[in-house]
Amino acid sequence: MMHYQIRVSGFGGQGIILAGYIIGKGASIYDRSNVSFTQSYGPEARGGACSSQVIISSEEIDYPHVTDPDAVIIMSQAAYARYGKNLKPGTFLLTDSDLVKVDPEDLVNIKHFSIQATKFSEDLGKKIVANIVMLGFFTGITEMVSREGMLKAIESTVPSKMFDINKTAFEKGLQEAEKAKVAV
Amino acid sequence: MHGEFFMNGDIACAEGGISGGCRLFAGYPITPATEIAERMSQRLPKIGGVFIQMEDEIASMNCILGASWGGVKSMTATSGPGFSLMMENLGLGVITETPCVLVDVQRGSPSTGLPTLVGQADMMQARWGSHGDYEIIAISPWSPQEAYDFTIKAFNLSEKYRTPVLVMTDEAVGHMTEKVTILPEDKIVLEPRRKPPLPPDKFKLYSYDEKNIPWAPNAGDGYRIHVTGLTHDERGYPVVNAETQNKLVRRLVNKIRLNEKEIADYKGFYMDDDPEIVIVSYGITARPSLSVVRRLRKKGMKIGLLKLNVVWPFPEDVIRKIASIATSMFTVENNLGQVSIEVERVNFGRCPCFQIGHAGGEIHSPEEIIKEIEVSLKNGHR
Amino acid sequence: MVIDKHPMDDWLRKDRIPHIWCPSCGIGIVATCYIDALRASGIDRDKATVISGIGCTGRIPGYMNLDSFHTTHGRALPFATGIKLANPELNVTILSGDGDLFAIGGNHFIHAARRNIDLTVICVNNFTYGMTGGQVAPTTPMKAISATSPYGNFEHPFNLVHVASAAGAIYVARWTTLHVRRLRNAILEAMTKRGFSFIEVISPCPTSYARSNKLGTGLDIMRFYQQRSVIRHGFDPAKTDITMSSEIIVGKFVDSEKPTFTDNYEEYCKKLKENK
Ligand SMILES: Cc1ncc(C[n+]2csc(CCOP(=O)(O)OP(=O)(O)O)c2C)c(N)n1
Repeated sequence: MMHYQIRVSGFGGQGIILAGYIIGKGASIYDRSNVSFTQSYGPEARGGACSSQVIISSEEIDYPHVTDPDAVIIMSQAAYARYGKNLKPGTFLLTDSDLVKVDPEDLVNIKHFSIQATKFSEDLGKKIVANIVMLGFFTGITEMVSREGMLKAIESTVPSKMFDINKTAFEKGLQEAEKAKVAV
Repeated sequence: MHGEFFMNGDIACAEGGISGGCRLFAGYPITPATEIAERMSQRLPKIGGVFIQMEDEIASMNCILGASWGGVKSMTATSGPGFSLMMENLGLGVITETPCVLVDVQRGSPSTGLPTLVGQADMMQARWGSHGDYEIIAISPWSPQEAYDFTIKAFNLSEKYRTPVLVMTDEAVGHMTEKVTILPEDKIVLEPRRKPPLPPDKFKLYSYDEKNIPWAPNAGDGYRIHVTGLTHDERGYPVVNAETQNKLVRRLVNKIRLNEKEIADYKGFYMDDDPEIVIVSYGITARPSLSVVRRLRKKGMKIGLLKLNVVWPFPEDVIRKIASIATSMFTVENNLGQVSIEVERVNFGRCPCFQIGHAGGEIHSPEEIIKEIEVSLKNGHR
Repeated sequence: MVIDKHPMDDWLRKDRIPHIWCPSCGIGIVATCYIDALRASGIDRDKATVISGIGCTGRIPGYMNLDSFHTTHGRALPFATGIKLANPELNVTILSGDGDLFAIGGNHFIHAARRNIDLTVICVNNFTYGMTGGQVAPTTPMKAISATSPYGNFEHPFNLVHVASAAGAIYVARWTTLHVRRLRNAILEAMTKRGFSFIEVISPCPTSYARSNKLGTGLDIMRFYQQRSVIRHGFDPAKTDITMSSEIIVGKFVDSEKPTFTDNYEEYCKKLKENK
């Protein structure tokens, strides 16, 4: 039985909700798993610590909320304070190294990987694709969703004019994941 | 538009409306129902339908009633504060027997309450919110897929029984995204309008069949109908006396009450072995309830879940049957005691009944339900 | 000669007569004028729909042998909006009281006018709430006595034609029930004109308003209308306030053109198809 709980978090405007949505869509529509995707709403989603949650399962999903994540993506310090601590052993913790300073004490038995997602996106000339770089990184590291599924989800979600840059961003994330895995 | 989509419950609800035949949507923005209006504003102009944003929810409700008599299937969507404003003319829809669909995406309440967070505390308002004696049909989805399916169902029920139908969804379902299968048009069975079986000179507007259901033409069909919110006779003419009132109101009530078994829709989970403990739940709350049943089953407890798809009219028969077999019943809902009152009424002392409520703002966690079940089983009735 | 058929018979639900209106009430005149205008218009009567809210005036549709809807208090306009948008072929007229259209239904009124929904609104203004027994209305002149302003009204009233024109109505007129021919012609003009038309009809409420303000019998009121009315076509609606002692300025104040909601919506939908 497969059952993953994933949380994506950061501040409003980073595409946190979209990132969660794409994970969910890739897993649901293209990998054909059962998926529930939920998100924070209201003022929270517009600033402050914002988060979105995905459950991916081979079984029918009843309770739709993430309680004990298996993977946490964090793109801001505030989100780290809220969602980066007391994770269960074996959890994947993926952070943007330029935006999140981690506390080594939190990392015991945690699979921590970091990436300069925002910097890479700036290098590509589009800061708003930092979330997609992160998604590539997430896909490569955790393998919770297939690469093909993720790419199809990106393609069917972002405006067609923007697909190429998003694809490049996603692939950059994947490459960094390969490097990071070798480094471990 | 058909196929598999990854969409939230609100958008699925709008798509269900379109699949259900809705071609006029009138609404007023309110969180967490706004996405339904927004989706309709994108879709309806492209498929020959009408979207109109009204000046308030009172107007929205009236507009869909008018549209229905104009011959178009119509719908509105709102949340608590707007639902309150719609109550006046929900009554007009009931007494004039106007098919239409009203979606309430419930949020934390009373008053402005929790605009962005879940609640299920409008259930009794759905049942009794407009003044007077009447019965209503209310259905409650637990997922985006059901938001789609049940909105189609709501349109069909409204045409079949000639009554407004309420889709009592909630913020959690509305804002949750899952896979939704949207059917191609030729795969959807739609209930047609019950057009008069007789020509204008022989037809009485509120004559009815053996199930107490009338027929009606649209405005412009040449029947020269009179439709009024006053108590009326079979011709539709106002007749304000006790005799006409008795006949009309009883028929309006019986049209739903006596057809309850036909309207009823519920689903049992782990109910085949006549479990000792039965949870009754509906909408989003049935999901943590199912999680609880699965966990406790693993521990060997004989427990099952009855999920009500149609909450009103209340499925008395099945509740009565369960009450005479089970040793205790729990109603799990996101309010402090609404549908549980009905469960208790019908249970009528056959077995102990408990409510596991919540004041709103989040859905129950399975753990808190389990804890309350354990405490109640230990302490019995307080 | 015995007349066994009234010329209106076919247009009324004869089986509903006698009606509820008091002797010398003006509402019947308005109903007659509407039917007369409809007959003259050439509009297929099965495409004519009359809609009202609640009140004495609100009972008009119930007596007409047409598709007719008696909705809730104040809500005739949004109901009419729905029916018109569902079937733009229908010729939809709203007949309702001043309280219905401008107190409880005031918000709906300004928005229906703003949107320029193709509707004809005929408001019977008797300066009071007739149905509930003569309480103060948003039209009651200052100092007038009513059941809830027993010592004289001190609230500023609405000038309905001013409200209608400010809200965007493309046709605005005012007549009294004395001006039967002009009223009928105005209704004919309004119902055949595309867009949101508004006609205010000053009308006697002999039982409540006239009695509490000592205006005399029905005939006295007609005489009063004759003495006080001044026809001023094209007059600025802002300057047509009615007080206890003023003239009653009547006439056609606004007659303009602009695209209706449906015109604009169809255009909007067409563009979407083209850009597809
Ligand atoms: C919601 C609501 N409030 C109050 C009433 C009571 N009511 C019936 S008619 C009426 C006023 C009628 O006055 P107007 O619209 O001027 O029409 P008239 O009777 O003078 O023709 C009122 C207040 C009602 N029916 N519904």
